Amino acid sequence: MESKVLEHSKASEVFNQDKERVGWHDETLWFVRSKRDKAAHNIPDWELLRSTASSIKHNVLSNMHDYLVEFEKNALANGVHIHWAADAEEHNKIVHGIIAKHGVTRMVKSKSMLTEECHLNDYLAKNGVEVIDTDLGERIVQLRDEPPSHIVLPAIHLKKEDVGETFHIHLGTEKGNKDPQYLTEAARHHLRETFLTRKIALTGVNFAIAQTGEFVVCTNEGNADMGAHLADVHIACMGFEKLIPRREHLGVFLRLLARSATGQPITTYSSHFKKPREGQEMHIVIVDNGRSTQLGREDFRNSLKCIRCGACMNTCPVYRRSGGHSYHNAVAGPIGSILAPNLDMRKNADLPFASTLCGSCSNVCPVKIDIHDQLYKWRQVIVKEGYAATSKKLGMGAMTFTLSNPAVYQTGGKVGRWFMRNIPFVVNNGLNPWFKNREMPEPPKESFREWYLNNKKS
Amino acid sequence: MRVGLFIPCYVDQFYPQIGVATLELLEKLGCEVHFPLNQTCCGQPMANSGFEHLTGGCNSLFIDNFEGFDYIVCPSGSCTLHIKEHLHEEKREEKASVIRKRVYELVEFLTDILKVENLEANFPHRVGLHQSCHGQRGLKLAQMSELNAPFFSKPEQLLKQVKQLDLVSLSRKDECCGFGGTFCVTEEAISVRMGQDRVKDHEDKNVEFITGGDMSCLMHLEGILRRQQSPVKVIHIAEILNSQIK
Repeated sequence: MESKVLEHSKASEVFNQDKERVGWHDETLWFVRSKRDKAAHNIPDWELLRSTASSIKHNVLSNMHDYLVEFEKNALANGVHIHWAADAEEHNKIVHGIIAKHGVTRMVKSKSMLTEECHLNDYLAKNGVEVIDTDLGERIVQLRDEPPSHIVLPAIHLKKEDVGETFHIHLGTEKGNKDPQYLTEAARHHLRETFLTRKIALTGVNFAIAQTGEFVVCTNEGNADMGAHLADVHIACMGFEKLIPRREHLGVFLRLLARSATGQPITTYSSHFKKPREGQEMHIVIVDNGRSTQLGREDFRNSLKCIRCGACMNTCPVYRRSGGHSYHNAVAGPIGSILAPNLDMRKNADLPFASTLCGSCSNVCPVKIDIHDQLYKWRQVIVKEGYAATSKKLGMGAMTFTLSNPAVYQTGGKVGRWFMRNIPFVVNNGLNPWFKNREMPEPPKESFREWYLNNKKS
Repeated sequence: MRVGLFIPCYVDQFYPQIGVATLELLEKLGCEVHFPLNQTCCGQPMANSGFEHLTGGCNSLFIDNFEGFDYIVCPSGSCTLHIKEHLHEEKREEKASVIRKRVYELVEFLTDILKVENLEANFPHRVGLHQSCHGQRGLKLAQMSELNAPFFSKPEQLLKQVKQLDLVSLSRKDECCGFGGTFCVTEEAISVRMGQDRVKDHEDKNVEFITGGDMSCLMHLEGILRRQQSPVKVIHIAEILNSQIK
């Protein structure tokens, strides 16, 4: 049974009960943002790189059909099996089908947010297949039965004490030992055994190259490589927007990706997979799952340019203080908030409102997605489609009436500062959320208008 | 030069002294300033909440009140940005388009149009500048830390002309304060935490005043400062720039 999903504001309230932890979470991610700034500022052509990447992706989105056909043709020629999945369910069935064909019940997986989006682990578990996530962060959250809270740093919400406790419970490490060296060593031993005994490895895809039919997976730990190289079957799952036209374009994207994500010049491994080695089977599952719909939404299509670097999360002052889980979506943060309403507008109606529209996200984005403008536009769509709360609608009606009628506005202002009672901050009189942690402004004796009439108007 | 003074609704109601300072400052700098009496609000509170379709009345009123001026000047980056980006009226689109081009936030009007280089202002205090996001990233009043691009700051350009003013350097130069319009109540917990963190950055630098171009952000920070019984005060940049100008 699925537990009830808390709205972003409520989940944030819970997250904010531990003030010290919120401060730590904020500082940790701000540190990553600062590293990104240093890396970006060391490249004189940084802004040119961003606009180039954005243009390349624009070209891809405009010619998606042709590039997909080209990619499929070339990948097939390389001896790779290609599968097409219209939605999450079909994706999961395809993956399970490959596993079942090989009569396998255990597999390793690495670096795939798409399988999170499709809830593959749950599906496979129900079908008797055990999946082990091999990247350290992903393994930690998997042991805790939690989803990743960040697309690049899946366990960033956890402190080393939390990891120590988790490993103590699941891997039998010493209780209370939180030494990172010790804990990583324990994870390493645990995973090494797993790698050697799994016949199927699943990875994500960072870039798929139409021209050559190959794909690139970027990692720091090399676990994707170890999984793929040791296994008899390599399954790579990708959303169709991962395409880039030519191999030379990698030079643009690889320079942007790691710098934007963690401030590294490049990830430790940028592994190119082109054809299965002798005796190996290689599959690519190309997934739509709402992407065609998003591509058809003119205002939101640019969201498909995303290369999943997570820079918008690290810079987002809201994300840093609410944590990834508060977004109740596989992809959290600003980018998640413009992708999620396309997947389920009712469930994710709160997300575009979980932002101050400060615009920092759009300006760190390596492919220049107009994230904060899209958040604004999603708000309009969500209200028009009828997903706004009724109390909000009533408040807005009263406000609109007053602000559209100067006489009402002026009289209202005089009568004990109409604003005091009716601006959105104060709509729920009894439980004024403004006042919980803030003093109200002190109403002056006269408004500016009254002062002007008394002193200036001749 | 005929200037239409556009005073945000919450400034009209809660902070009339900012309207007065803006008006006095512009007059001292030689502008003929008019305050159109039937103005109410730019419509941003509705639009940012997803109700842009309800802002037709506000848009009509805005055009009624502000057509015909050489410039429209407003002591708020956020309200100015909203007009620049969202003022439309089907029947009077041409007029709306003229207004969108002629509307200026106070600071950029002083630096870019009046080209003020010598303010006679005096403010003997230690001050932190809060860069409001819509002014900074929206109107580009200052370079943002996200971009690899040369530094500039129009508000600092003006504050540096103020005698005896000691402007501090913050550890996070352009982090959002968490006001965010209706966000400040719909996402109360995050909004407050963001505000508290912003306040702390200023307090760590021992400021006496936090200034900025948007009173909405400052109102939020003021609410937090007063709740914490902090001695730090907020003051709109118009009040500093207008202090003792002859």
